[in-house]
Amino acid sequence: MKARIPITLLVAALVFFGGFAGLFIAPDEATMHEIQRIFYFHVPLWTAMTLALSISCFSCIAWLVSRRATFDLLAVAGAEVGVLCCTGGLITGMLWGKPVWGIWWTWDARLTSTFVLWLLYISYLLLRELIEDPHRRATLSAVFGVFAYLDLPIVLLSTTLWRTQHPQPVLFGGPKSINHTMLMVFLLCMVAIVGVMILILIDRYRLERLRFELDELRVEIESREMDAQQLPAKQAVPGKELPAKGTA
Amino acid sequence: MSDFDFLFTAWMVVWAVFFVYEISVAKRIGHVREEIDRLKDQLNSQKA
Repeated sequence: MKARIPITLLVAALVFFGGFAGLFIAPDEATMHEIQRIFYFHVPLWTAMTLALSISCFSCIAWLVSRRATFDLLAVAGAEVGVLCCTGGLITGMLWGKPVWGIWWTWDARLTSTFVLWLLYISYLLLRELIEDPHRRATLSAVFGVFAYLDLPIVLLSTTLWRTQHPQPVLFGGPKSINHTMLMVFLLCMVAIVGVMILILIDRYRLERLRFELDELRVEIESREMDAQQLPAKQAVPGKELPAKGTA
Repeated sequence: MSDFDFLFTAWMVVWAVFFVYEISVAKRIGHVREEIDRLKDQLNSQKA
């Protein structure tokens, strides 16, 4: 907890400098000009989403193997933060698409598979709300979480597997190279947004941990109340019970 | 809308989404903590 404040300040500084560099230092792209600067937070959002959903999927598998509650809590935290990043990525993508393509949305392979991924994880979160029993909820949602994650490689490979309107990757083995300053600014923004995602994930996990503690307290109070109700009945002498109404 | 307007909107949307979500998580943590404190008091009074 003591490290939280300096880390938060560091991430805030990274966000500030990343934003400044993305808007004012990075050179103008030759064909898209100003609007290309969305790239400096649109792409890092997908990286953050991939990381969050990978944590969620790993935790789902770990829950199925070990049945340790921590993994179930981490799985839901990762999924919700992943959905958050995915939502941001979809919105920024649409805001880039309108001036560049002239349309907000098109049903090409990248966009459709991403939208399906978003729907799958929304379903995962809804599924958790619908199941009362914690053990059953954790198991079923873990299985569904692993299934939902199978869409992520399809999203990542969609631009190379199919002809899409979405631009081809310019980083990590893409056919085109990127300007050095652009790359540095991009990496700075990537670290900043992944840092924000990790801070939010820690808070979301803390919330889930507290909810778990709350559920345990409720169970303990309920069991104590039941014990308290059963105790007078055990102490009562047989044959001396109060007569039922109307029999006296 | 100009390109700058789209860029500015995207920038604002990203941070608004993160900010609103973080506020909602902090509020939910606050509510759950209050409930835990209340139940702990109830449990202590039951023990007493």
